[in-house]
Amino acid sequence: MAIFILRRVLYMIPTLIVISFLSFVIIQAPPGDFLTSYAAQLRAQGDEVDEARLEALRVRYGLGEPFYKQYWKWISGILLRNDWGQSMEWQKPVKDLIWERLALTAALSLSSLFVSWFIAIPIGVYSATHQYSWLDYLMTFFSFVGLGTPGFLLALIIMYLAQSQLGMNVGGLFSNEYMLAPWSLAKFVDMLKHIWIPMVILAFGSTAGNIRITRANLLDELNKPYVETARAKGLRENRLIWKYPVRVALNPFFSTVGWSLASLISGTTLVALVLSLQTTGPMLLRALTSQDMYLAGSFILLLSTLTVVGTLISDIALAIADPRIRVN
Amino acid sequence: MASITEKTWFDQIEEQDNWHDDEPFDEGSFKAEDEKIFVASYWQLMWWKFRKHRMAMVSAVIIVLLYLVAVFAEFVAPYNPDPHPSELFVSYKLAPPSRVHFIDEEGNFQRPFVYKIAQERDPETLRRIYAEDTSEKYPIRFFVNGPEYEMWGLFPAQKHLFGLGPEAGEQGFFLLGVDEGARDLFTRICFGARISLTIGLVAVVISLILGIILGGISGYYGGTADNVIQRIIEFIRSVPEIPLIMALAAALPADWPVVRLYFGITILLSFVGWTGLARVVRGRFLSLREEDFVMAARLSGSSEMRVILRHMLPSFLSHIIASLTLSIPGIILSETGLSFIGLGLRPPAISWGVLLQDAQKVKTVALAPWLLIPALAVVLTVLAFNFLGDGIRDAADPYSK
Repeated sequence: MAIFILRRVLYMIPTLIVISFLSFVIIQAPPGDFLTSYAAQLRAQGDEVDEARLEALRVRYGLGEPFYKQYWKWISGILLRNDWGQSMEWQKPVKDLIWERLALTAALSLSSLFVSWFIAIPIGVYSATHQYSWLDYLMTFFSFVGLGTPGFLLALIIMYLAQSQLGMNVGGLFSNEYMLAPWSLAKFVDMLKHIWIPMVILAFGSTAGNIRITRANLLDELNKPYVETARAKGLRENRLIWKYPVRVALNPFFSTVGWSLASLISGTTLVALVLSLQTTGPMLLRALTSQDMYLAGSFILLLSTLTVVGTLISDIALAIADPRIRVN
Repeated sequence: MASITEKTWFDQIEEQDNWHDDEPFDEGSFKAEDEKIFVASYWQLMWWKFRKHRMAMVSAVIIVLLYLVAVFAEFVAPYNPDPHPSELFVSYKLAPPSRVHFIDEEGNFQRPFVYKIAQERDPETLRRIYAEDTSEKYPIRFFVNGPEYEMWGLFPAQKHLFGLGPEAGEQGFFLLGVDEGARDLFTRICFGARISLTIGLVAVVISLILGIILGGISGYYGGTADNVIQRIIEFIRSVPEIPLIMALAAALPADWPVVRLYFGITILLSFVGWTGLARVVRGRFLSLREEDFVMAARLSGSSEMRVILRHMLPSFLSHIIASLTLSIPGIILSETGLSFIGLGLRPPAISWGVLLQDAQKVKTVALAPWLLIPALAVVLTVLAFNFLGDGIRDAADPYSK
């Protein structure tokens, strides 16, 4: 087991290196270096441009040096000194801006993942065991609608309905009085009151897919001889279904956790923009449009790392649950 | 003598080989339809099976209609999408969808018509409210002369599929309401279909080329090439798609003209989208590589290209078409999402995502919910493609029950 985990962790390293490289390419993508635009921005605001400070920044980020040297300066800063660069727009170090938003994004994505499993697995099992019943048809229809309605459109429609029918604004993660307040129990409770709306919206889309996967996999399993054997031995139907075929049917489910996490984070980004949540989405978009590239690059780096680590954890969990995977 | 009744093993085999000769061939057991199935080609069987999937058939019709609207947008739409300022419906800004009536004041059944739109001001909020003035009505005419346009930018024309006649004056027929810019929303949705529907097709073709080449190499040759390509696919799939595309799209220069931006976005979308297709192609290659007919073709001296194109490709073409169809919705949704947040196409380009930008402010949407209609167009298209792809996938294996 230890060898398996070690090997998986080693596999992850090249992926992370490629991700960091890609993030740096994104940081470098806008034409010109960011200091020039920063200086121009300051001048446009009528501020004094401190040449000495610009020069210090130039040295710090190795501007004007070849690509690989700049990359090295950037990545070693992150790894060795926890220096994620400077956000030009917010006038703050990037590391002071990202962590809270990243944590909220991760919390939102993970919780909607669990919510969607929690809904999808029983429904999928029911659909498979009661194939062609009216509830099965209803659920199939529902999952098709769920597949066709992306989260951000659903968010738009729910925002509209809440506004026009209930006169209520469902945007944001916190009430106004807690917006800038430090974390406390009261703030957390306030967040729980708000977070369920985006959570349900996000879970809706992936629930649809998960129902279909569970149903299809379980239908394949139900016809296998071992199910018949267990039934012939007199095992109660409920116990039988949940103990054997469901376990096998859910395997591919957990092994693709990394991908569902990636698509959930994608979905969260857009939904967060519609509902103006305090997660990474809106800040990333703002950073990208104002070419605040160190901030944007850090987000890309961390969001991708999040999914890679998520995949790793799910792989390990799967290996614990299913001994066949450990051996291969 | 027992040996007479006892048969030798040789006799037994002889008997087994000739058993059918003893029974007369029963011609009546073959019905004409059975024979039709026996001689039907693969594609014919597929079509028969596809036809049974009712939702897929309905979806196919819807998709054809949507594409017809996109192709003939100038003719189907009653007005111009970005009209000359003089053609704007300035006094009907944010007017709701016109109600089509069939029965007039006296209760007589008539050809469809709309009432004249009367305007009032809300005394408190000073907002414009629109009401129907039942004293005057304008019939809806088909093949009516409307605002001039150039069909496909080639030849000038004036005919529109429907609209109000000249007697309506400034008022237009607003099937889906008017947007904030005083333009007819139905018209803009028709033109938006052009970009929204084609971007999926073009991106899918590019993904297909990438997917077939890389997935093919991966599945056919295996070994190191397979390993490398699989790692690349896993990598791309593990990066969250939307943030990545957002970052790449933001790097496209802001001053690009519409056409170049369109292709830029398309290439970005297919760059992320090819992995799914590559996996399908690889899986098919892996399973077919070991088949007898491939071995036979190779032993008879076919070149590798011939083995792939002539023998392997036809047997998984239908599966590829199915996964192609199923990957179009994702691309349409990505484009809509990107344009919606302002990183994709930008006005003056018209796509459903661009139209939805107007619906970003809740306050506006609460007053003019019809601004959300482009979203319904997106959902309809995506659902139709999903059902169609589902039907094709089921039909792709016509020999299974």
